[in-house]
Amino acid sequence: MSGNSSEARLGLAPAGDVAEAMPAATPQGGDLVRRHRLSTRLWHWFNAFTIFIMIMSGLMIFNAHPMLYWGQYGADYDHPWFEINNTKTTGYVKLGNVKFNTTGVLGLSTYPDGSVNDNAFPSWVTLPAEYDLAKARRWHLTFAWLLVLPYVLYMLWSLANRHIWRDLAPERSELRPRHLWQDVVDHARLRFPRGAAALHHNTLQKFAYLGVLFGLIPLMILTGLTMSPGMTASWPWLLWLFHGRASARSLHFIGMSLIVGFIIIHLALVIVVGPFNEIRSMITGNFRLPRERKPSGKAEGAKP
Amino acid sequence: MINRRKILAGIAGGSGLLLSGCDRFASSARGTKFLDMGEKLTYLVQRSLLGRNALAPEYTKADLSPIFRTNGNTMPKSPAYQALIADNFASWSLKVDGLVEKPLSLTLADLQAMPQQTQITQHNCVEGWTAIGGWTGVRLAAILHEAKLKPAARYIMFYCADDFEGTPYYESIDLVDAFHPQTMLALQLNGQPLEVKHGAPTRLRVERQLGYKQAKYVMHIAAVSSFADIGGGKGGYWEDEIDYEWYAGI
Repeated sequence: MSGNSSEARLGLAPAGDVAEAMPAATPQGGDLVRRHRLSTRLWHWFNAFTIFIMIMSGLMIFNAHPMLYWGQYGADYDHPWFEINNTKTTGYVKLGNVKFNTTGVLGLSTYPDGSVNDNAFPSWVTLPAEYDLAKARRWHLTFAWLLVLPYVLYMLWSLANRHIWRDLAPERSELRPRHLWQDVVDHARLRFPRGAAALHHNTLQKFAYLGVLFGLIPLMILTGLTMSPGMTASWPWLLWLFHGRASARSLHFIGMSLIVGFIIIHLALVIVVGPFNEIRSMITGNFRLPRERKPSGKAEGAKP
Repeated sequence: MINRRKILAGIAGGSGLLLSGCDRFASSARGTKFLDMGEKLTYLVQRSLLGRNALAPEYTKADLSPIFRTNGNTMPKSPAYQALIADNFASWSLKVDGLVEKPLSLTLADLQAMPQQTQITQHNCVEGWTAIGGWTGVRLAAILHEAKLKPAARYIMFYCADDFEGTPYYESIDLVDAFHPQTMLALQLNGQPLEVKHGAPTRLRVERQLGYKQAKYVMHIAAVSSFADIGGGKGGYWEDEIDYEWYAGI
């Protein structure tokens, strides 16, 4: 296992260049090891920036019609399954038939100057801060290229150089229920690998990265394309795949929410595990292996 | 832990700075140019790599939206248009000119006498809502063939009877979309003559682009070599007014 759940990687970054970087002798806790290649680091920070632009401009685009539907179509006369709106005095989120009061944050909020913002998402999470669908679309649809093209190259490269098999694919032993459970328990107790074990990703971490790389990012790209009438003319199977354009828009929103969840956990783990060491490793490439704990007979979970 | 608090404060402050920086960048000349890149790339790729004549998916009557939502203007205010409503569009005519060999003036009866086609397609608003409707009308290509474009023609302009605070609505498309088999001047929605709120007597359907390209109340079609000198120069009312993309294929 190996812990370091927290390298400041957004999941897009090539995950472990450790094997090549390892000195001949097995490094021990306290050693400074080469952890991330320059390309990884540049790419990590570029993606970190890009993904924030995508999320924030996307939230502004959502503000233009803050309702989500299932099926082929959906507009005001149809039934949304999700809605962020206001009644002039209260902001609310409506999920199915259940309404939550979210005044101050969602549906009805205030701009920094104190004036009323009746958009679904507040100005501090949207790009631009004030309602501007045209600008938000320009941000979103330009940065989509900056996110997608490097992603495609990365995936091709990582499949070709076996990075995905070597560093991200769980080993058979890691998939045993006992091991998985141990990994869950270790995470819950915030016990992260130390010493040489910290050279590799742990199992949950691998799942998280694989889930983002093979699940969420393709989902975001394909559901995004499904909203393009130009694309669905050429690739009508997109509409078939997601059961319609309105469904694709809903899935695009859900996928975004899961990516936000991933980022929150990712940042939380960076802070828990050691922000200085983690952030340094993603800036300079050097990572100091955490010192081993005193032997407690708890080798379970350590990757051979 | 001071360390953690500092980092959190740094993240918060940094994102605030980043945000106001982004808004400033977006309104700078260089920023605007950079953010136009997406539209240009999308147009290039959709025109070059994806089939130019690919058809927008068509639906069945079972898929129709129960109510087809309207947007933009739903009742042109001008006295001229009001007079057209009064005589049920009997005195309406569509002017076709610009870079054409044979300028035309077509009455509603002329358009109705031309071959009609019907397609049930999805209307996709830039805001994110969608509706499925069945359109019947005349292929734009048939009208353009009759008028015969001059070689210099690059775009087709659509001038409309409605306006926003005195600025008339207009739109434009390239020749690929103009001659696309599904691009039409619709005369009917779901088997009924277009109601005023849907653009009577005719609106453009250009099925591979977003809703604001589907100009309603079309009065005048012109072939041009460039739209740089028309209106605000960006090829359409919303393009000029709030900087929506001219190419609305995504």
